[in-house]
Amino acid sequence: MNNTYKPAMTRYHGKRTRKININKLLVYIPMFSLLFISTIPLLWIIRTAFIPQSLTLDLTAIAAPVLDNFKRVLAAAPFGKYYGNTIIIVVGVLAVQFVLITLAGYAFSRIDFYGSKALFVLFLSQLMIAPEVLILPNYTLMTKWGLTDTRIGIMLPFFASAMGTLIVRQTIKTIPYELEEAAKVDGANLFQILWKVYVPLLKPAYISFGMISASFQWNNFLWPLVMTDSVEKRPLSLGLAMFAMSYETGAQWSDVSAATVLVCAPLLILFIIFQRQFMESFMHSGIK
Amino acid sequence: MDSSQILQTSACLPARDEVYQRALHKEIRSKWRRTLTGWLLLAPSLVFLAIFTIYPIIKSVISSFYKDNLSVMDPVFTGLDNYLSLFHDMVFWECFFNNLLVAVVTVPISIAFAVIMALFANSLKKGKTIVRLGFTYPTFIPLVAAANIWMFIYTPIYGLLGYINPEWRFLADSDTAIWALIVMLIWKQAGYIMLFYIAGLHGISRELYEAAKIDGANSVKIFIKITWPMLKPTTIYVLIIALTNAYKMVDHLYIMTKGGPGNATNVLLFYIYQTGFDYWDTGKASAMTVILVTLLLMVTSICFFVQDKKAYYND
Repeated sequence: MNNTYKPAMTRYHGKRTRKININKLLVYIPMFSLLFISTIPLLWIIRTAFIPQSLTLDLTAIAAPVLDNFKRVLAAAPFGKYYGNTIIIVVGVLAVQFVLITLAGYAFSRIDFYGSKALFVLFLSQLMIAPEVLILPNYTLMTKWGLTDTRIGIMLPFFASAMGTLIVRQTIKTIPYELEEAAKVDGANLFQILWKVYVPLLKPAYISFGMISASFQWNNFLWPLVMTDSVEKRPLSLGLAMFAMSYETGAQWSDVSAATVLVCAPLLILFIIFQRQFMESFMHSGIK
Repeated sequence: MDSSQILQTSACLPARDEVYQRALHKEIRSKWRRTLTGWLLLAPSLVFLAIFTIYPIIKSVISSFYKDNLSVMDPVFTGLDNYLSLFHDMVFWECFFNNLLVAVVTVPISIAFAVIMALFANSLKKGKTIVRLGFTYPTFIPLVAAANIWMFIYTPIYGLLGYINPEWRFLADSDTAIWALIVMLIWKQAGYIMLFYIAGLHGISRELYEAAKIDGANSVKIFIKITWPMLKPTTIYVLIIALTNAYKMVDHLYIMTKGGPGNATNVLLFYIYQTGFDYWDTGKASAMTVILVTLLLMVTSICFFVQDKKAYYND
C-alpha cells in the first residue's frame, strides 16, 4: 500500500535537490568543526615540538621545523631505554595473550562442557574488574614474590584477557564448523585443528585485539608507576610523566612537547599505516 | 546433540529401551571427555585470572577488616573500622561523587558523539579515512601524554585557551577543574567508542534501510526505528567498557591536578593509590578497593541484566 506512485516528488525535483544540499551543509559544518576541534591538540603538540624553543610561547610565530627539541630531550632522559622496556612489555604480553585467548576462545565457542557457563561469567568478571583496579593487592603479591621493579612483574597481571577471549569466541562462531570436521576426518588433532584451521581465519580478531591490547600496554601508567622504582625498568609512559614533572614552567614546553610526540608517534604511525586493515578487522571480528 | 536433550527424550521412553540408554551413557561419557578438554584449554587463562583477579579481590576483602598502616607493626583485626572511618571521611565521599559525576557525564556524551561521528564517517563517500583518523587518534595517545597536551591547552596566559582569555584558570578553580578534565576524557574516549559503533553499523543489513526508504521514512525516523535498536548489543558492550573506564582513568590526574585543587578532581582509584602508596594505609586502601570492586560489579551487572543476554549467550 505504501509504494504508491507520488507525482509530487518528480514535480519538485529541482527544489528537493537544493534542500538536500542545505541539509548536507547543516551536517557538514558542525561535523567538520568537530573534526577540527578534535585534531587541534595533535596539531598543537606537533607544532610546539618542532618550533625553535625561543618561539614556543608565541602562538602566531611561524618558523621552519627544527629537531633541536628532540635532541635536547634525548640527551636529558634515557628515552631509548624506555622504548626498549615498553616494546618488551608490549610484545611479551601480546605473545602470551594470543596463545591464551585462542585456547580459551575455542573452548567457549566450540566445546559444550560442564561448567562452561560459570567459567564464562568468571571471565566476564575480569572485563568488569580490570587488574589496574586491584593495584594494591597485586602489588603486595609482587612484593612477596620479589617481582617488583621487573618487566615480567609488569606483564603478568595482563596475560589472561577476557576481552580477547570474547573477541576470539565471537569470531570462531562465524567460522563454519564443517572446516573443523573436514580436518578431523583428515586425522588432525586438536592443536593441529587450532593451528591450521582457526589461527589463519582468526587474523582479523588478532589484528583488532592486538591493536587495542598493544595500545593499552603502551599507554598503561598506574601499574608500572607503583611497580618500578628504577630508571632501568621504566616504560615510556612513566618516563614521559617523570620527564614532564621535572619541568614546572612554560619555558620548557617545547621539550615536553617533543617528548610527548616521541611517545605518541609510534602508535599513531602504526595506526595510520594499518588504519584500513584495523578498521576492516574490527568490523569482521566479533566486536559488535 | 546436547546431553540434556537426550535425557529428556529418554525420560519419555521405557527404561528398558537399551539403544537409548546406551546412547545416553555414551553422550554423558563424551561430555565428560569434552569437559576435560574444555577445562584444559581454559586452564592457562584461569590460572592468571585466579591469581591476579580473583585472589586479589578476596585478599582485599580480608585486609579491609584489619588495621594495617604505619602505626602498627602487624595488621590488627578491627572488624568494620576501616569502612566506618571511610564513611566519615569527607575526601572519600568527594572522590565518590566526583567519580559518579565523571561517569554520568562522560559516558552518555561520549556515546552520543561516537554514534554521530560513526554515522557521519559512514555516510561519506570521500575522505572517510581522514575523518576516522581525526576522530580515533586520541585512543592511541597515552593518557599521560594527553594530559601533557591538555596542560598546554589549559595553562592560563600561555596556554592555547590563555590566548583567548588570559583570565581562564579552569584547572586551578575547584568548580571548573573537574569539568575541564571531563572535556578531555570525552575527547579521549569518544573516538574509541566510535570504533565499536562503526563495527556495529557494519553489521546492520542494507535491506532494512532500503525497505525503510521505500516506505518513505526520513533519516531521523530510520535512525530511531532501525539503526539505534539494531545497535543495542553494541551499546550494551560500550556502556560496560565506558563505565568501567570512567572508574579506571586516573593517569591524567598524576600530571594535571594530583586530585586537586583540594580534592576537587580526585576519584576513587587515585585516592586508593594515594592511600596505599603515599600514606601506606593498606587497610583503608583495601576497604576502598572492595567498595570500588563492588561498584564496578553493580554497574556492569545492571548493564548485563538490562539487555537480554543476546550479545553474549546467543550466536
